[in-house]
Amino acid sequence: MGLFLALALGCLLILAPDALANFLTPKSGGSPNANQIDSLYKIVLYIAAVVFVGVEGALLYSVLKFRAKRGAVAAQIHGNTRLEIGWTVAAGLILVVLTVVTFVKLPSIIDPPNSGSSGLVLSASLTEPTPPNGHRLTVCVQGRQFIWRYTYGSGCLNNAFAGKLPYSYQQMVVPADTTIVLDIQASDVIHSWWVPSLGGKVDAVPGYTTYTWFKAPHPGALYHGQCAQLCGRNHAAMTALVKVVSPADFTAWLNQQQQAIQAANSQVYQLRQILTAENQL
Amino acid sequence: MSSSDYALRPVPQVISHEVVKPRQTKRWVDWVLTTDHKKIGIMYMVTTFVFFILGGVEALLMRVQLGVPNNTLITSEHYNELLTLHGTTMIFLFVVPVMAGFGNYFVPLMIGARDMAFPRLNAMSFWLLLLGGVVFYITLFYHPPESGWWSYPPLSSKLYSPSGGQDAWIFLIHITGVSSLLGAINFYATIVNMRAPGMSWGRLPLFIWAILVYAILLIIALPVVAAAVTMLLTDRHFGTHFFDPTAHGSPVLWQHLFWFFGHPEVYIMILPGFGIISEVIPVFSRKPIFGYKAIAASTAVIAFLATLVWAHHMFASPVPVVVLGFFMLSSFLIGVPTGVKIFNWIATLWRGSIVTTTALYFAVGFIAVFVLGGITGIFLAVFPVDWQLNNTYFVVAHFHYVLMGGAVFSIFAGIYYWFPKMTGRLLNETLGKLSFWLMFIGFNATFFVQHALGLSGMPRRVYTYPPGVGWSTYNLISTIGSFILGAGILVTIANVARNYRHGKVAGPDPWKGNTLEWFTTSPPPVNNFDSIPRVRSVEPMRDIRRQVERQTGVTQKTGGSERFARV
Repeated sequence: MGLFLALALGCLLILAPDALANFLTPKSGGSPNANQIDSLYKIVLYIAAVVFVGVEGALLYSVLKFRAKRGAVAAQIHGNTRLEIGWTVAAGLILVVLTVVTFVKLPSIIDPPNSGSSGLVLSASLTEPTPPNGHRLTVCVQGRQFIWRYTYGSGCLNNAFAGKLPYSYQQMVVPADTTIVLDIQASDVIHSWWVPSLGGKVDAVPGYTTYTWFKAPHPGALYHGQCAQLCGRNHAAMTALVKVVSPADFTAWLNQQQQAIQAANSQVYQLRQILTAENQL
Repeated sequence: MSSSDYALRPVPQVISHEVVKPRQTKRWVDWVLTTDHKKIGIMYMVTTFVFFILGGVEALLMRVQLGVPNNTLITSEHYNELLTLHGTTMIFLFVVPVMAGFGNYFVPLMIGARDMAFPRLNAMSFWLLLLGGVVFYITLFYHPPESGWWSYPPLSSKLYSPSGGQDAWIFLIHITGVSSLLGAINFYATIVNMRAPGMSWGRLPLFIWAILVYAILLIIALPVVAAAVTMLLTDRHFGTHFFDPTAHGSPVLWQHLFWFFGHPEVYIMILPGFGIISEVIPVFSRKPIFGYKAIAASTAVIAFLATLVWAHHMFASPVPVVVLGFFMLSSFLIGVPTGVKIFNWIATLWRGSIVTTTALYFAVGFIAVFVLGGITGIFLAVFPVDWQLNNTYFVVAHFHYVLMGGAVFSIFAGIYYWFPKMTGRLLNETLGKLSFWLMFIGFNATFFVQHALGLSGMPRRVYTYPPGVGWSTYNLISTIGSFILGAGILVTIANVARNYRHGKVAGPDPWKGNTLEWFTTSPPPVNNFDSIPRVRSVEPMRDIRRQVERQTGVTQKTGGSERFARV
């Protein structure tokens, strides 16, 4: 056991400090739900650390202290009902505490808050899930082998490919301090949406729509994520980037993306017409 | 009488005789046609160890690939094949059947029976296991499956996994499933009907309790996965759409069916390990097991709860919050009986007179690492936390702590404990302890840092990763550790290979055992016992030894374990 701890400590010492940031806790800092998960995790970690040290300590002590010695006689104890009931109840109590803590924390993890005052100005919508005032930006996330596609704006679920709404691939651009609701789907196999700093993962299962949300406070931040469910040979390459910009920049980007898509569409349309005219299609 | 004679004197004097009859057939024909539970047990163990080595090589290949970022040694296709082969092999072809191997050899001996209830069915179980393994591994010559050991559709459907490798995986589940079911029925019938006179349920050795519950869990869980893979097979080839979302099928249905089997499977793998530990620790503490009833009862409670926790594998899947809450609570609950076992084992060591044999080293090492595996299990049961940890290297670390650190360490404890009984020879203790320390250090180096990898955002099942994201150092440590672990396993294999012929003669009871298998010669004759003693407690051998001491007035020494203890 000592060796085991020394080994863990050794690892800590070898590693550069920045690599240590997530040695014991999950990533967080990008969104309130990620922060709440992190603080829930830490409560579990503290309790677990006490149990771990207690149990391993008792084990180590027993093994070292009670090694066979000349003349030593093993105590012929068959059990101790009180003690056994005691530790069963104690284990149960720890779990009761964990249960209570989890359910107390849960709303702050699954319910999105309102956008901040500096966030993008939005109108209310009827689609779930919603922050208390109903104002949020919906982004439809669609997983497919081996890229993520994002469609921006409410109603994206119904017409993700209708061409009206702006979309992007791999890199999602979002306004800062704004509640973003993600409607997650998959078009081929199961994928899993996960940007660690922005909260937990949500599976993208074909035939289902799943939801999550995040609210990133800092413009200029860039968050990395990647597909977390084995989805085929290029699973490792199915990465995601979330770029947080100011609401004004977001609106500008959205317009520019819209125009770029329209320009590309009309180019393709012209090309198609030419090819059709030349009987090459 | 010289002192060495004294140490080697079979004690108590065992009455059992091998019936010597002239060999009519060739030695290998004997093995192929045998219905002797001991020979079948040995065949199980040898076969499963071959698969263990194969699975281990697959693991090392993956670790080599992940040792440095952007590695191109193994392609993503082959990496996916390796992870599927590794997981499937370790679960279906190693841990589950090796426990059946131990069970085969020791259930009849420990309950004082002369064979299993259905010896021929027993032989069939073994040959089906081998067949399942061959059907699966033959895919190496065409196209191994590559959708992981869960084979989630639609990835495992015909459209996304067209190769026959996926079908071979399905047949592996079918064939080894039938093998395990037949074995489970056999264990159940044997334990219920063939116990020695006086061996009531309250006197059943804890390993036998574990095998009994293992059998019941197999009978509950295996039909479900058999049905699920049959549905997958018909989806793939006969136009059904059970799991096809484009035709109103549901991929989530597969997840429920698979994990309804998959989580009991975890306890199927670990409960017999718990049983081995519950045998080894009292023997080498020279103390009765602390809280026999609590340990036996916790085995049954774990089995019951094991059928109610499956959806904690699906916390990121589309399931309602009420389901999340229920499965968090049921997963918490299963921590209680597991904790009870650990406390009881430590209490058994407490105030004992601990004989530090290799078997004890592995048993204590098992507790040490299993505690951490259990604790990280609680992290994963908290579903909001699981949203961060699910499908990352944290989970990989967790289940290797319970299955590699847990089940495999208990298997090694079992090997060092029972090898003298199976072969009549002792393993080398120095090599054994070297093997233990290499495995213990290598294991922790490999898997402890994987918690950190998961927490820093590395998903499992990726064949490579970019540099500069804080994963490289952890991965390198893990890879180095895996080779230390592999070296430790090789030392034990060398130990076994050398000592099954050349080891020191063990005598019938080298450890001062508590249970009936030590009441016969090592190795036992075909009929196991000439006469079966009446059982008066949970430690019949101890009673017999005491009685001999009373009658002869001579303190009974054992056949060899004094050599390892400073007594």
